[in-house]
Amino acid sequence: MTAKTQLRILVAVLLIIGLGATAYKHLVLGFPLTPGESSRIWTVQAQMTFRAQGDPVKAQLNLPDMTRHLYVVPEGIAPRGYGYHVEQVGSQRMAVWEARAPTGDQRLFFRARVYKGGGIATQLPPPSDPPAKPIFAEPEAAAADALLADAYAHSADATGLALRLARSLWGDAAKPVRETLLGQKSTNASRTKLLLKLLHASDVPAHELTGFYLTDNSRSVTMEHLIELWDGTEWQVVVPKEGIKGMPEDFLPWQSNGEFLMQVDGGTDSKVSFATIVDKISSRQLAVQMGQQTGAGLIDFSVFALPVDVQNTFATLLLIPIGALVVVVMRNLVGLQTSGTFMPILIAMVFVQTDLLVGLALFIVVVGAGLVIRGYLTSLNLLLVPRIAAVLIVVTTLYLLLAVVGFKLGIEAALSVTFFPMIIIAWTIERMSVLAEEEGMWDVFVQSFGSLLTATIAYLLMINQQVSFLTFAFPELLLVVLAIILVIGQYTGFRLSELRRFEPLASEKE
Amino acid sequence: MLRLASPLRLKRAGIVGMNRRNVELIAENNPRSMFPLVDDKLKTKALLRKDGIAAPRLLGVVRQTGQIKELPAFLKAFPSFVMKPSQGSGGKGILVITGRDGDSYVKPSGKTVPFAEVARHVNNTLSGLFSLGGKPDAAMIEAMIDFDPVFDDYSFEGVPDIRVIVYKGFPMMAMTRLSTAQSDGKANLHQGAVGVGLDIATGLAMRAVQFNRPVHTHPDTGADLTSIAVPLWRDIVELAAQCYQSSQLGYLGVDVVLDRTQGPQVLELNARPGLAIQVANGRGMAPRVAAIEALLRTEGAPNTPTGRAQWSMDVLAKL
Repeated sequence: MTAKTQLRILVAVLLIIGLGATAYKHLVLGFPLTPGESSRIWTVQAQMTFRAQGDPVKAQLNLPDMTRHLYVVPEGIAPRGYGYHVEQVGSQRMAVWEARAPTGDQRLFFRARVYKGGGIATQLPPPSDPPAKPIFAEPEAAAADALLADAYAHSADATGLALRLARSLWGDAAKPVRETLLGQKSTNASRTKLLLKLLHASDVPAHELTGFYLTDNSRSVTMEHLIELWDGTEWQVVVPKEGIKGMPEDFLPWQSNGEFLMQVDGGTDSKVSFATIVDKISSRQLAVQMGQQTGAGLIDFSVFALPVDVQNTFATLLLIPIGALVVVVMRNLVGLQTSGTFMPILIAMVFVQTDLLVGLALFIVVVGAGLVIRGYLTSLNLLLVPRIAAVLIVVTTLYLLLAVVGFKLGIEAALSVTFFPMIIIAWTIERMSVLAEEEGMWDVFVQSFGSLLTATIAYLLMINQQVSFLTFAFPELLLVVLAIILVIGQYTGFRLSELRRFEPLASEKE
Repeated sequence: MLRLASPLRLKRAGIVGMNRRNVELIAENNPRSMFPLVDDKLKTKALLRKDGIAAPRLLGVVRQTGQIKELPAFLKAFPSFVMKPSQGSGGKGILVITGRDGDSYVKPSGKTVPFAEVARHVNNTLSGLFSLGGKPDAAMIEAMIDFDPVFDDYSFEGVPDIRVIVYKGFPMMAMTRLSTAQSDGKANLHQGAVGVGLDIATGLAMRAVQFNRPVHTHPDTGADLTSIAVPLWRDIVELAAQCYQSSQLGYLGVDVVLDRTQGPQVLELNARPGLAIQVANGRGMAPRVAAIEALLRTEGAPNTPTGRAQWSMDVLAKL
C-alpha cells in the first residue's frame, strides 16, 4: 500500500470516528451543537418565612417537578440551627427543615437549578376511580349544565371538552353564565377551580397543576394554574387561560395532584414566595452538567469524568490543536513566515489571558526592548548558553520594570505581562536577533508580522464561544482536525504567497 | 499593486511550489540519514575526496581548544587560507587570510590582525558561536580558491558561486547569485541579490532578476548581466552530476566555484535547495523533473555522470 492510500484510509477512518461520535452525542444524547441553544439556566428560589415560639419546628416545602422541557436539580440550603433533608411520600417529594427550639422570625431558602431540555417527567399512574361528582346548588346547577352542554356539543373528547370549557370561562362569550357561577370579579385561581369542578361533573379525572413560567429575572413570581386531565389513555396538560393543550416549554410545575405547597409545624404566620434568576452559565459548564446527568458510556469515559479543575485545564489544552491547525494553514496554505513553528500558539494563549490589544502591545514592547539589549550582547561575542541566559535575565528585568512602571502610571494592563512565558520570549528574542544579523531587519519584521497575525487569528478562534464549546463538549472533533492537518500535510499545490512570488513567471508565458 | 497569478497558470508554467518541493522532491528523494553528510562540511569533504570530486583542499581541522597553540607553527606552511565552521550556516564565521605581515595575518581588506584574533575566532567556532543551534563545532582550514576573473565585474562583494540543481543525478537547472549593495553583500535573492539564470546547455546567462523583476545591468557595477558566459561549463555540469553518486540525494543543490588553475571546485552540497532558481531562469522545474522521470522509466537511461550531464545539456535546456 502506498503512503498516499494509507493516508486516505487513515483520513477516512478519522473523519468517520470523529464526525460519527459527534453526531451520536448530538442526535442521541441530545448535546447541543451551539452554546446558544441552551445557555439559559434559571436559579429558582423559594423563601419560606414564619414565626417560631421556641417549640420544635418542622417545615416542609413541596419540591418542583421536572417536565419534558426542564431539568431540575434541587439545592436545599440548611440555615444555621436547622437540619435539612429531602423526603419522599408517595409521588410527592418534599424538602424538610427541622429544628428543636427556634425563636423569632425564621427564614428558610430552597434553591433549584433549572436547565432547558433533557428533563425526566414523572409518570403519573392512571386514575383509579372516577372523580367524585361535585354538587352544584341552584342557581349554579343550571348555569353549569348550560356550560357543560355547550362544551359537550363542541368537543370530541375530554381534552376538547376542557378547552371549550376554558374558552367559556376565560372568554367573553359566556360572561353572564360565568358571573352567575363566580360573581362579578373572578380570579384565575377561582376559574381554574370551577373548571376542575365542571370536568369532575362530566366524569373526567383532572387536577390542578400550580407553578410559574420561567422568564427573565423576577423578584416575586406569580403562580399560574394549569390543569392536568386524563383523556382515557394518558394525562394531558391544558393551559386554560391560553386555551392551549400541552405542557408549555418554560412552565415549572411546583405543586400538583393535591399536594400541599408548604406546611410548617410549630410556627405561625408562614408564607412562601418565589423568585427566579436567569444565569449566564458558560456553555462549557452546561455541557459538563448535562454530561453528568445523562451519564452515557461515552461520557463516563470522557473529559466530563474528570474533576472540575482538571476539566478546566483540558478546556484550555483542547484549544491548542485549533492553534496548530491555524499555524498549519497559515504556513502551508497561505505561506506566511512565523518565528518558531508553534510560538504563535503560545502567544495566542497569552492573548486569551491579557486581551488582544494589551497582549500585542506588551509583546512588541518586550521583544523590541529585548532585541535592542540583545543587539548589544552580540558585540560582546558571548557563547550561546550564557547569551540566552543573559537574555532571560534581561527579559525578567523588563517584566518587572513594565509591571512596576505601568502600575505607578496607573496602566494596570501592564501587570498582565507576567502571562507571557519568559523562556519562550527569551528564545524568540534570541532567534529574531540572529535573524536580524543573518538576514537583516526586514526579515525580522516579516516574521514578527507573520507570527503575530497567526497568533491573532488563533486567538480569535480560541475565544470564539462556538469553537471553545465544540472542542470541549466534542473532543472527538480533534480527530477531524487531525484528518484536516494530515490532508494539508500531503498538499503539494501552491501557497497563496507563491501566487505572488512566481507571478512574473506566469505572466511571461502568455 | 499586488498582482497574483492563478494557481492554474503557475501549474501550466511548470512552477514547483514549496509544498511540492518539500513532499515530492525532498521527502521522497532525500533520505533523512544522508542529511548530516551535507550539513557537516567536514563530512561532505571526506565524501567528495573519497569519490575524487574536485573541492578546495582541506589543510587541517581544529577540533579542540588545546590544539590552538599548535596553530602558528602549522599555519606557517600556508600563507593564505580560509577558516570555516564545519557546521556553520548562512556564511557566518568565515575568516579569510590572504597573507602574512611579519607575525600578523593579513585580511582581504588589507587590515592586519595578530594571532590572538585568529585564536579567538577559532575558539568562538569551537564553542558553537556560528553553528546552527549553538552545537560545539570544529574549525576547518581550507586552501584559498584562486578565483577565476570571469565574475570580477559582476559582484559587489565576495565571489559568486554557481548553484546547480541535480535531480536524481541529472543536472537540471543552474544559476549564479550576485551580491549587491542592497543585499548588503549577501547572496540571498529575496534580500536584493541578483539572480542570473544560466542555460544548462551552455552556461550562458539567460536572464537576470532582482526582487523578482528582470534587470539587465548589475545595479552597482553597471556590468551587462546578459553577457555572462561561464567557462568550462561542461566540466561544471559533469562535476555536479558526480555529486549525486556520492551523496545519494535525489534532490541536490551543488555549489561550484571556478578556480583559475584548478577549474571547477565543489564548495558545498545542499539537501534542501530553494526555488528561487526558477525565477532566475524564468522557467519552472516541473517539466524537467517530468522529463527525467520519463527517461528513468525507459531502458536506455544514461547511468554515468558524463552520460547524464550530456543528456541534460541536450534535452533539458529546451524545456
